[in-house]
Amino acid sequence: MKCTDVMQELSDYLEGSLDAREKQELCEHLKKCHKCQVIVDTTQKTIELYCDGERFPLPNPVRERLHDMLRTKCQNEPV
Amino acid sequence: MSDNPQASVAKDEYALVTEAKAGSYAAFEELVSRYEKKIYRLGMNITGNPEDAEEVLQETFLKAFQHLPDFREDSRFYTWIVRIAVNEGLMKLRKRRSDKSVPLEDYVDEEGAVMPREVADWRPNPEEQLAQAELEGILNNAARSLPPTFRTVFFLRDVEGLSTQETAELLNLTVSAVKARLFRARLHLRDELAKTFKRGDN
Repeated sequence: MKCTDVMQELSDYLEGSLDAREKQELCEHLKKCHKCQVIVDTTQKTIELYCDGERFPLPNPVRERLHDMLRTKCQNEPV
Repeated sequence: MSDNPQASVAKDEYALVTEAKAGSYAAFEELVSRYEKKIYRLGMNITGNPEDAEEVLQETFLKAFQHLPDFREDSRFYTWIVRIAVNEGLMKLRKRRSDKSVPLEDYVDEEGAVMPREVADWRPNPEEQLAQAELEGILNNAARSLPPTFRTVFFLRDVEGLSTQETAELLNLTVSAVKARLFRARLHLRDELAKTFKRGDN
């Protein structure tokens, strides 16, 4: 496996959708290739940082304004 | 298995949608409460602006209510409202002309193979060395530099956990176009974050 093959399979690897043989080949390559290992690790880290559940919590006043607006506009209207 | 939590959540949602369609405002409000946090976060991620995100949130649920009779239960209620939210969010960006995206690197080397240029390792747990606000600024600027549809694909797939198929249907893209955009979006964000996070670059 070459570095460019790793890039081809990176998305499937991150999603865990490689089959056992492909995964093993990729892992073998990563053990020997620091550059690819760094790319895989830092891409994974990138996704993790954006997945942090604390990002953009819904502020209470925004939630209240939403429910007030919906109650005013929808509550007495037939769907 | 009768106590599969996912099955009971799905059934519950189906029941709520049915009740809401039959005119129960309480059922509709329950659906709103269930998804409002996710829709607000998606609005923030697409528009990058709290006022726009609040408008996206309000318009999404108002439209959902108004179009509830058109909702057919062949998709999840959640993906149906996500579609509304994405359209609202992208429309806001067009209206504001607030697009800060930059042309994406194509990452193709001289032999035509895809390979990122930036391969320096990052410091371990770089986020722990930054104040929360500073980290947010870095993440947001990187996300803003992605063209809107690439950004949307990234957040739908990697943050909101929609499938490739659902994302494709929602954005009227092919499955392979979604995969290609997700790949390029991830590499672009990684390169942007590397500017701050790579080793020996304090």
